[in-house]
Amino acid sequence: MNCDVCKQKTATVFLTQIVDGKMQKVNLCESCSKEKGVTDPKGFALADLLLGLGASEEMERGSTGQKCPMCGFSQADFKKTGRFGCSNCYEIFAEGLEAMLKGMHKGTTHTGKVPQRLLKARQHAEELKRLQRELRKAVDDEKYETAAELRDRIKHLEPGAAGV
Amino acid sequence: MALHNILTESGEWLSGDGPHSNIVISSRVRLARNLRNFAFPGWAKKADRIAVLECVKPQVESLPEMADAYSAYSQDLSALEKQVLVERHLVSREHAAKGVGSAVVMNRKQTLSIMINEEDHLRIQGIRSGLQLRNVFKLVDKVDTALGEKLDFAFHQQYGFLTACPTNVGTGMRASAMMHLPGLVLSEQINQVIQAVSKVGLAVRGLYGEGTEALGNLFQISNQITLGEKEDEILTRLNKVIEQILQHEVNSRASLLEKKAVLLLDNIGRAFGILRHAHSMASKEALNLLSCLKLGVDLGFFPEDGRLLVDQLFMETQPAHLQKSSQQKLQAEERDTLRADIVRAKLAKFPKPDGKKAIERGREERKEKDEKDSGAAA
Ligand SMILES: [Zn+2]
Ligand SMILES: [Zn+2]
Repeated sequence: MNCDVCKQKTATVFLTQIVDGKMQKVNLCESCSKEKGVTDPKGFALADLLLGLGASEEMERGSTGQKCPMCGFSQADFKKTGRFGCSNCYEIFAEGLEAMLKGMHKGTTHTGKVPQRLLKARQHAEELKRLQRELRKAVDDEKYETAAELRDRIKHLEPGAAGV
Repeated sequence: MALHNILTESGEWLSGDGPHSNIVISSRVRLARNLRNFAFPGWAKKADRIAVLECVKPQVESLPEMADAYSAYSQDLSALEKQVLVERHLVSREHAAKGVGSAVVMNRKQTLSIMINEEDHLRIQGIRSGLQLRNVFKLVDKVDTALGEKLDFAFHQQYGFLTACPTNVGTGMRASAMMHLPGLVLSEQINQVIQAVSKVGLAVRGLYGEGTEALGNLFQISNQITLGEKEDEILTRLNKVIEQILQHEVNSRASLLEKKAVLLLDNIGRAFGILRHAHSMASKEALNLLSCLKLGVDLGFFPEDGRLLVDQLFMETQPAHLQKSSQQKLQAEERDTLRADIVRAKLAKFPKPDGKKAIERGREERKEKDEKDSGAAA
């Protein structure tokens, strides 16, 4: 595959670029990528090339000088790479993120698949809440036998309980 | 299983027996997944990448879908082997550039491949012949669900599955179809189609070649949006658009047969002549000529039993496949000579194109249709 810029040398740097919400693949050779500053982090915001102009600006507005405590990633790193450091970064840089996601997707809320584990955890939490409501009612109604039974079941469901 | 065992068999998607596989070469779906509490591969330190790899790889290998799998660390694959996998769409070009800390696991049918520590910790990819995005999705979805029980995937209440690049966040799903569209190219309608498709949030790009040039008339249509739409909605929309493009391609072929038969005869005839007699051929030229030959088979200019041969040549004339078959690394000039030799040998008994019958049949069909239409109107 040849370089998109000079159309002569073999491309060694492969980029995905979003322009006006359209994704484009950009393939550059060694010398053209250097010329465009792709390999020179100081002179060039890869995030802008990758995610559309203005992406790194959005991020900058969101958080200043902050670093992800989990992976040490900063918004300057995002500007360089157009990628996040770890999943926790989505929390740390949430402010600028919203505007950026809005530009590239349909809204900013996931409506698709949820991992089984989380579904189970959610059901589990709901069940716990339901039992606690019932317990309060049993106590109010002075049904102590039922209350004791419910307490037992809650104990089993609470975090740290065996089999959960 | 050894890699060469897998590679001597051509993948399922190359066999060309899926729905509409004349025009829709393959359907592909990939899911991007990451583990919570570990930096993404591009930012992680080597030790962390290896830790993720050693945690993920056994889980992937123990999937029932991977019972007869090939599994390899990236550093154990030669550059040529990686390139062969890229040409078969089993690993991405980005993944082929990885070394220590990455791996790939694929099933024997070559319908499922899982890249570990590409841009994301996991890239689960399914690929099948023809238009069957939903079947491919079912496969990767099942695998994803199974892995999700064992691995703690990074999932956000609002943003969904978290990915290194925010363009993939949400479903983490990229679905695509590879289409062979010589009719739309020859009738100069392809740019309109590309423009129309990009307006509905999908992307079209040439599979090979750079810029607007699409070698071999092969195009890839894929979704761009991954957040704010359900997997099912994305697939439905993409499928609808692909079916429309498919219909446009069929129509443009019919209209070429009827109105521009000489253009077709000339293109297919020249392609046949050059492929049969050339002694040096660049990969670009081979792709374009083979595309004409494939169109010839589709239109009935060549017997149907020549189809598999032509489809196989598309792959066998790719640079890495060529070098693999010759067991050595070749210079560009040597490659071009070898490519022409292989094509000549394979097509030695290929019959001359015969467009007469196809063109007559096209005219008759058109006449029948017109009569029916005018009958309906009366
Ligand atoms: Zn260049
Ligand atoms: Zn982070």
